[in-house]
Amino acid sequence: MSTREKAEKRSLWVDHMVRIHTSRDRAAFAELYGHFAPRVKGFLIKSGADASLAEECAQEVMVTVWAKAHLFDASRASVATWIFTIARNRKIDALRKQRRPEPEELTWGPEEEPAQADVIALQQESESLARAIAELPARQRALLEKAYFGDLTHSEIAAQTGLPLGTIKSRIRLALDRLRHAMK
Amino acid sequence: MKNDIKHHITDQMLMGYSAGTLPEAFNILVATHISLCDDCRAQLASYDSIGGAMLGADNDALATMDTGSLAAVMERLEDCPAGATERAPSARNNTVPAPLSDYIGNDLSGVKWRNIGMGVRQAILPTSADATARLLHIPAGVAMPDHGHNGTEMTLVLQGAFQDDDGYFARGDVETADADVNHTPVADIHEDCICLAVTDAPLRFKGLFLKIFQRFIRI
Repeated sequence: MSTREKAEKRSLWVDHMVRIHTSRDRAAFAELYGHFAPRVKGFLIKSGADASLAEECAQEVMVTVWAKAHLFDASRASVATWIFTIARNRKIDALRKQRRPEPEELTWGPEEEPAQADVIALQQESESLARAIAELPARQRALLEKAYFGDLTHSEIAAQTGLPLGTIKSRIRLALDRLRHAMK
Repeated sequence: MKNDIKHHITDQMLMGYSAGTLPEAFNILVATHISLCDDCRAQLASYDSIGGAMLGADNDALATMDTGSLAAVMERLEDCPAGATERAPSARNNTVPAPLSDYIGNDLSGVKWRNIGMGVRQAILPTSADATARLLHIPAGVAMPDHGHNGTEMTLVLQGAFQDDDGYFARGDVETADADVNHTPVADIHEDCICLAVTDAPLRFKGLFLKIFQRFIRI
């Protein structure tokens, strides 16, 4: 698949979420499931779940995606990022048996459709972040994967001098600036 | 936007919070700070997007779903009607932000304090045992004993302020002290200081009395 096709594929997931939200579209859900469920299951296995627990949790994550589709906001996160946060919370709940304290929600003013320009900008930046991570030297990418999908403790993260935080943060600076702007 | 906050969550802690690998006690502190700090909220969004980028990537971590998995999930979708689009109202002016009030109630007056000497009071929050979260109430102008750290100590100010060698910390500010930091925090003279302190290892006090005493107050 070419890079362009991949980009189109990713923005497709936003359309899938819209179809799931607005018309409870099961065909769209099945396609989303085909792409993300094996990834979520793999993530949970890497995080220490056995295959049957990972299967169970991945199914629950996908049901949550369906149930909470109305909360997905394409101007604030990519579909992959949104599903990642759901999978992460499920991981903490099921594997670590802990509560996850979440920050207070911001009030974003009267509910309205996000501006299309914001959606496109966020999705493009997500795409370029994914590319930047894919292009990292193998060792740096492996460390990052360990920090997110392994179970590095915070002190182990602090001790990892090779973590490419600088590289990554320069790529997401634009996204940050825009988010800050949106929150003011 | 209210942002007089000068001392923020470290990159490592934000990444750990995003990855979901921190002990519960640290999660409370990070979530409470983010409730007060738009900068760290935006930073967190970017760390989440790193997680999303790696989840979405074509990688070798793809697992095969069980036979009949999709059918089982589709079956369960019946039970989920489309949700409403309401959002939780913001409560940003509360002294106790929501992630903390889940543990101690909506205002500080309901906290069950316990005296630990010199007028200082503490309340330990019920969390998983891998780290300890405590509220500290330090009378205005009082100094905490000079101490070092065996692990990481994070301190978030909820009311009043304190000062040590690393700076002046007021509401919303976070001090992160690791093994190489020794400090003597002093509460600001104008108001009693209430903070949330999280540790993943016992502090190191000088002097035999404090060393014995600390076992009794689990600090």
